[in-house]
Formats: sequence, C-alpha cells, structure tokens
Amino acid sequence: MPGYPPAALLLEDSMKTALRKKLLRDMLFARRFEEQCYQDYQVRKIGGFLHLYPGQEACAHGVMAAARPGEDYVITGYRDHVHALVCGVPAKEVMAELYGKATGSSGGFGGSMHIFDASKHFMGGYALVGGPFPLAAGLAKALKMQGRDEIAICFLGDAANNQGTFHETLNMASVWELPVLFICENNLYGIGTSIERSTAELDQYKRVAAYRIPAAQADGQDIEVVHEAAQIAVNHVREKGTPYFLELKTYRFRGHSMSDGGAYRSKEEVEEWRKKDPLEILLARMIEDGEITREEYDAWDEEILSEIEDEIVPFAENSPDPDPADLTRYVLVEDDPYVHGGPSKGGA
Amino acid sequence: MPVMNIIQAVNSALDGALAADEDVFVFGEDVGRFGGVFRATDGLQAKHGENRVFDTPLSEAGIIGTAIGMAIYGLKPVPEIQFSDFIYPAFDQIVNEMAKFRYRSGGQYPCGVTVRTPFGGGIRGGHYHSQSPEAYFAHTAGLKVVVPSDPYTAKGLLLTAIDDPDPVIFLEPKRIYRAARAEVPEEPYRLPFAAAVDREGEHVSIITYGAVLHEAREAADLLAENDISAEIIDVRSLVPLDEETILASVRKTGRVVIVHEAARTCGYGAELAALIAEKALMHLEAPILRVTGYDTPFPYTLEQQYLPDALKIFEACETTVDF
Repeated sequence: MPGYPPAALLLEDSMKTALRKKLLRDMLFARRFEEQCYQDYQVRKIGGFLHLYPGQEACAHGVMAAARPGEDYVITGYRDHVHALVCGVPAKEVMAELYGKATGSSGGFGGSMHIFDASKHFMGGYALVGGPFPLAAGLAKALKMQGRDEIAICFLGDAANNQGTFHETLNMASVWELPVLFICENNLYGIGTSIERSTAELDQYKRVAAYRIPAAQADGQDIEVVHEAAQIAVNHVREKGTPYFLELKTYRFRGHSMSDGGAYRSKEEVEEWRKKDPLEILLARMIEDGEITREEYDAWDEEILSEIEDEIVPFAENSPDPDPADLTRYVLVEDDPYVHGGPSKGGA
Repeated sequence: MPVMNIIQAVNSALDGALAADEDVFVFGEDVGRFGGVFRATDGLQAKHGENRVFDTPLSEAGIIGTAIGMAIYGLKPVPEIQFSDFIYPAFDQIVNEMAKFRYRSGGQYPCGVTVRTPFGGGIRGGHYHSQSPEAYFAHTAGLKVVVPSDPYTAKGLLLTAIDDPDPVIFLEPKRIYRAARAEVPEEPYRLPFAAAVDREGEHVSIITYGAVLHEAREAADLLAENDISAEIIDVRSLVPLDEETILASVRKTGRVVIVHEAARTCGYGAELAALIAEKALMHLEAPILRVTGYDTPFPYTLEQQYLPDALKIFEACETTVDF
C-alpha cells in the first residue's frame, strides 16, 4: 500500500513555474475570498452557518490541478466554497449565493453549505455529513455505463468516515469497479471532537484496505505533495476505471463554523499548524527558486483584494433577493399541480 | 426562582437526572467535552464524569442503536441528535427497532430511550438545519413525541420523558433556545404529557406547539386589539395526545386555527383537524384552518415567508371568526 509519495519523484518531476504560479495565486484568491466571507458574516450580510477553508487550500487546489476542473464530477461537504471556485463556478455567483441573492449559483435557494453548478459539473456541497459518498459512486456508475472518461471525485472530511455510507459506498465502488476518487481531507476534528476521541484508526487510508481499494496518505499542506499524490490517484481512476482513496493530512485554521470558539484546540497546536500554511510553503519555495518575489506576490494580493472589494462583493450586495413568489418553485417539475401548503383558506 | 433560557433549563434537567439516577447516560456528537453545539450539555461531563456524559463518533444510526441496547438492558440513555435534520441515518433504528421493541418482545423489553434533538427553522440554517420532522415520529406507533415551548416546559417535560419507560422523541425548539426565558425551579419537577391552556379566550382556539406558540401569543394580542378573544392551546405532547383539553376548547369557542412550522400535507395539524372533526363537529361554527409551513423543502433565503408568523395567524383567526 503506498504511503507518502517518494520525495525523489517530487524532485525529478517538479511543477513548471507557470503551474506553481497559478496554484499559488488561486490559493491566495481562495484565502482572501474566505476572509471576505468571514467579515461579511460578522456584519450579518451572510447569515446562517458558515464554514471556512483557510488552512486546507492545498487539498482542493492540489487535487483538482491533477484532474479536469469543470469536466470531472466533483461533490463535497459543507465546507464547499473553495471546491466550487476550483471547479470554475464564478466567484461572484458563489458570493451571491452566500448572500442568498437571486443571482447566486442556486438562485439563493442553497446558501453557503449547498453550492451547486451543473454547468461546471460541481455536483454540490452537502450539509449532511456522509451523504455525498454514495452519490459520488452513483455519478461514477453513470460515467462508467455511458463509457465516459471523466471521473467522480468526492471530497469529504475524516469525521464522515464514521458514517455507515462510507462503508456501504467503498464496498460498492470496489465490487462494481467504479471510477471514483475519494479524497479524505483529514483535518483531525469533527466539529469540536478530535479524531483520537471518535475514531479507532487515526490513519484514514488504512480503513480502506478491507475493501481492496488502493489508498494512500499525503501531507495536505504542501500543494506539490498533494498534486503529486493526486496525479497518481487520478491516473489510477481514469486509466483503470476503478476507485482510489487519498487521505490528505490537513488542518483548518479557523473554527468548525463561525459559532465555534475553538476552546477544544490548544493555542500551541493551532500555532504549530499555522507554520504549515500552504500558501507560505509554496511561496517560500518559489522565492527560493527565483520564480517570484515577495513584491510580485503582494501585487497579486492587491489585485485580488480589489477584485473582491470592487466586483465580487458589490455584485452580491446589489443583486436582488429571490422573489417571494418563488417560495414554492423547484419542488417538482414547473407545471406540477401539487398543492403547496401554507395557510389554508378554509371551505366555502 | 432563577430565570433560565431553554438551553439552561435542558441543562438543569439533565444535571438533575444524572445526579438522581446513576442509570441515566447522556451522549452524542460533541456532547461531552465540547458541551454540545448549542451548549445544552455544557459542564455536565466535568461534573458527572466521562462514563456518564460522553462523546460519540459522527454516527447517528450507531448512537441510537447503542442507546436501544443500553435501554433494553435496563439503563436510561438520553442520546442527543445534534439537529433533527441529522436524525435520518438513525430513522431505521428508531422506526424499526426502538418503536417496536416492547411490542415484538411481547412486553418483555421496554425501550426507555429519550432522544433529544433541536428542531425547527428561523435561524437561516437552510434545508438541513431547520426541518420539523415530528409527523414522521407521531405516525410511528410505539414512540412518544413531546415538544416543549419554553424553559419551564422544557425542564418539566424532559424529566418526565427520562422517567418514561417507553421511547420519547423530545423535540427542542432551537429558534427560541435563548430567546425564551422564564422562571424555572432549580429542583427537579415533572410535567405530565398533556396539553395546557396557555391563554384563555372565547372566540377562537389557536392550537399549536413549539416555537410558534410565541407567534400565536403575538397574534392573540393583535386579535384582542380587534375585540377577538383567542384561546391558545399548547399541545406539548403530540403522542400521547391530550384530546380532552383540545376538545374542551373547541366546544367553548367553536372555531379552530391550527399552527405548526412543518409542511401542511400530512403534518400533525391534519391529525388534530381529524380529531376535532370526528369528536366535536357539531360544535364547529366555521371550517378548521391551518397555518403551517409550505409543502417545500425548508427554504434558505425565503424562510420568513415560509414560517407561520403572527400576521398569518391573525388573518386565519379573522377569517374563521368572520365565517
């Protein structure tokens, strides 16, 4: 069973400067986008529940750099904004969805935890943990039946692996030889409960062995390690047409959601992981290799912040709310005569 | 007497039950060390120990299933399902195992599990943090379904539920977890699984339960300004149902508006309407009206349009009075 990809492979096959630059800029954009969400939530422009991605950027970006964003079918959990962005869902539409506006990716019907974009084959974020596993298998089954060469990619966290659907799905994916890639973003916590206190096997990739699915574990903070491991994984799924499981060891810098004070993690632990910031790791390496200067990076940052402040946020703010008359839309096919409930008017 | 919100009242009930009876166990996702995502179990693990108050993996079917095992052995488990929207992986365990244990063992095994779970919308939680699933459980023979409406009923009904030898689905109205405040005795006390007349009135009976009881009160105030006297019935226990309190009110007013957040079709209000039609038809002066959620998934942005509010209840009461 493969573990971390061999370092030699990484050195011999390091990414081209252009790809490194793209990944670094995309991760920076994702970081700033999420920080904007944080601010907008504080002033109640975004309501409900909000789960942010900082710290884990290398996972979604590194994996999708090895896949075909917009073509491969991607499904994930509730920490989903960045996965949507990586698949090509326009940032304006993601932000408008968080604002609950009619111009959002789901017309304001979904919200933060439920981004969808059929045109980008982004098959959704899901608030219910463990729900997406079998859906990913179903997507892969459909792709296989139709003879397509796209694959299904399922990004979920470690705590989801304690749901029954994890085991049901792995078994089916293996027995039916489905082209599905499972990415486990192991950030060590399910809300406020650490993996040590909830899960018998800490190495998630080892749990997959019983289903005869190849599995590996990699550092989820170094995007080049993620990319390398993901290339092996994606190639396996696409070429062999059978499942693969990749565990990425990562960490969320913020709480589980905005209502999480974070008292269950020690300051020392958080500080230790903050030293493994995926942006800083790649930036330092690129500076060392003479591919970028700190000034160029800061200039990107300015551009990104301007784009968010001048275009993305105003788009969301100035967009209309969903029409209250649409309250009963999208339940069934448009002209269905289904009774839509609500206050009854009484008999004649 | 201390003033508590519903979270504090639930915490106080669990604290009292754990202290009084070593067979009581409290567990669920983030319930132990973290103290619960809504803080309902805050401090209980530190006080009663890790054996009595403990964390579970994110495994709802496993949580309820192990609670059943503990209960048929003779313990009194009080599992928490973090949001009632998350209960469905455990639906099989609840409907097929928990509800049927006494029956299919010919009375040998009572299954005294109390499942606590926050329910209802109004916090912009969207589709999966807002649902009201009470009708599924009320429809399942072998379960009791109880819904408090404020801190006082939360504590008293929860302690009755934990004592009850049969399984209870205890649905906590999370929208008013902190907003509803009331005087609550520190000592344990028990309220019967029965309805209560929340406010006496003459012209129309508003029959409701859970968070929307508070909208019903607002509506009753508005109605009073229009010389309509509304009686409010807090159902509290959907199963068993206190028919007599409800029917007595209907006989008095002759007019009925049923209010709940859940969708209308096959909602619990349909059962109430059928009961009234069967047993008090000749006392009715007007059709029974319902003010409910819509037959849609729980909406994200449009939740205020979806939810019953004081104005909708007011209008329905006016309609029935003017009939």
